[in-house]
Amino acid sequence: MTTIEMGTRRVPPAGNADLVFIDRSIRHSLRDGEGLLMAILLPVFMMGLFVYVFGGAMSFAGDEGYVSYIVPGIIIMCAGFGASSTATLVAGDLQTGIVDRFRTMPIRGSAVLTGHVVASVLRNLVATTVIIVVGLVAGFRPSADPLGWLGALVIITVYITTITMLFAAIGLVAGSIEAANAYGFVLLFLPYLSSGFVPVDTMPSWLQWVAQYQPITPVIESIRSLLMGGDAGSDALVAMIWCAGILVVAIAWSSVTFTRKAGRR
Amino acid sequence: MTYAIDVRGLTKKFGNQVVLDRLDVTVPTGSIHAVLGPNGAGKTTFINVLTTLVRPDSGTAAVGGSDVVARAAEVRRRISVTGQNAAVDDVLTARENLTMMARLLGLTRAESRVRTDELLERFALDEAAKKRVSTFSGGMRRRLDLAISLICRPQIVFLDEPTTGLDTRSRRTLWDEVQRLRTEGVTILLTTQYLDEADALADEISVLDRGRVVARGTPAQLKAQVGSDIVEVRNERGVLVHELHTDGTPRDVIDVLSASGVQDAGIVTIRRPTLDDVFLAVTSETGSRHDGARATREVAS
Repeated sequence: MTTIEMGTRRVPPAGNADLVFIDRSIRHSLRDGEGLLMAILLPVFMMGLFVYVFGGAMSFAGDEGYVSYIVPGIIIMCAGFGASSTATLVAGDLQTGIVDRFRTMPIRGSAVLTGHVVASVLRNLVATTVIIVVGLVAGFRPSADPLGWLGALVIITVYITTITMLFAAIGLVAGSIEAANAYGFVLLFLPYLSSGFVPVDTMPSWLQWVAQYQPITPVIESIRSLLMGGDAGSDALVAMIWCAGILVVAIAWSSVTFTRKAGRR
Repeated sequence: MTYAIDVRGLTKKFGNQVVLDRLDVTVPTGSIHAVLGPNGAGKTTFINVLTTLVRPDSGTAAVGGSDVVARAAEVRRRISVTGQNAAVDDVLTARENLTMMARLLGLTRAESRVRTDELLERFALDEAAKKRVSTFSGGMRRRLDLAISLICRPQIVFLDEPTTGLDTRSRRTLWDEVQRLRTEGVTILLTTQYLDEADALADEISVLDRGRVVARGTPAQLKAQVGSDIVEVRNERGVLVHELHTDGTPRDVIDVLSASGVQDAGIVTIRRPTLDDVFLAVTSETGSRHDGARATREVAS
C-alpha cells in the first residue's frame, strides 16, 4: 500500500502550487454553468445591441462600417464583465476560509490568486473569440495580417490580465462577495467613456478630456488599428505603459492585502 | 518531557481589545489538549497564532520545537488545521479536494491517488467521492475536512471546534477518529465549547475565558472543582427552582434534597456538569466575573 510516510514529504518543484491552483480555477469555471453561459451570451447581446439598435443612427463610421469600429470596444467591455467575476471568486475564497487553510500549508498561499487570474484570462479569451466570430457574421471586416492579429491578441491578453488582477485586488479588499460585486461595478463603466463606441470628438469637451486620457482609449485604439491593418503607433506603447502601471499597482495592492487578511475572516 | 506545543506569556490584541492575555499552555507530545471556552473566549485566535496565521504581540509559541513567527515555514510542514467552518472547496468533489491538497503538498499524481483512496475509505467517504461537496451534510464535510488535514501525516493537528453543529452520531464518528489519531502518535490541540467533548477526548484541559486561562487540569480535576453532578428541581409548571450539587449517589441525592428544604418538588433530574458550571466554579474561585455563566444560573425562584 502507501509508501508516503511521515517526514518524507519532499519539497515540491517551484510553480507546483500555481499549477494546482490553475487546475482548480479552471474546474471552477467549467462548473459555473451560468457564468459560462453569460460569457457567451453577453458578447452576442452586446454586438446585437450596438450593431442593430444603435448602429443605424451612427453615421460617422466610414468605409469599414460600424461593426468593424466597435469590435475592439465590445471585446474590452466584455473582458471587464468577465474579469469582474474574479473579484467575487477571490472574496468567496477568503470568506469560506479556504485561503486560511492554504496559508497554514507549506506553500506560497498567494498562488491561489494565480489560479483565479489564469482561469479568468482563459475564459475571456474564449469570450473574445466569440465576439470576433459574431462580429464576422454581423459584418466585421478586419484587414489585419498575421502580425497584426498577433499584436492585437497580445494587447487584448495584457489588458485582460491587468483588469483581472485589479479585480482580484478588489476581491481581496472587499471582505465579502456582495461588497466585491459592488466595488467592481465602477470599473465596468469605463469602456463607455472611451473611443470604444463613438469617436471621442463627438463628446462634450470636458468628457473628451476624460475619454482621451483614460487607459482604455489607447487600448481600444491600438487594437482597432491593428485589426484594420493600420499601424498602432504610439497608442500601443501608451496602452502597454498604462497596463504595466496598473498591473504593478494591482499586484502590490494584492500582496499587501493578502498578507494583512491572514486569519481575519 | 518534550512539548509538541509550548506557549509562554502569549498575548494578542486587536486594537484595544486584549484577545489573548498572557497565555501559558504546554502540550506533551502525543497527547490531546482541549481548550474549553465560550464564544469570544479567544479560542480561534489562539489556534490562528499557533498555526502561523496571526502574529502574537508578545510572548512565545513553539510548535514542534519551532517558533511560530521566526520559523513559520518549519511549523507549516508539521501541522494541519481543521477549521470551525470546514474550509473545503464546495465546487469540487471530495476526491478532487483530497487530490488537490495532496498535489499542493508535493505528492506525485500516483501518490496522491493512493493517499486519496486510503483517506476516502478511512473516513467512509468512498461512496460520495464523486459528489460535489456542496451536496454534503455537515458531518460529511467535517470528515472530509479532517481527511484533508491528514494527507501528509502531520505531527500536530489543530481542531477548531470540530463538532460544533454536528448531530450525535457524526460527533461520535469524529471523536473516534480523534482518538485513533492519538494512538498513531499525533499530538492534538482542539477547541470546544462542550465539557463532555473535552472530557471524552482530552488528557488535559485549559479553560479559556476572555483570553485568559482560568483553570487547567485533567478532566477529573476540573470536574472535581465543579463539585460533580447537579440535581435540578422543577416545580409543577416545569420552572427550575433549585440547582444542587451532588456526588450522584442515591443517598447523597436524598441528603442534598432534604437539606435544601425543597417542599414542592414537581420534577427532580440529575445532570452532568456543563461548561457553564465549570465556568461558575473556576471564575468564582479566581474572583473574576462571567456574566454568561451567571445569567444562566439566575433561575426563577
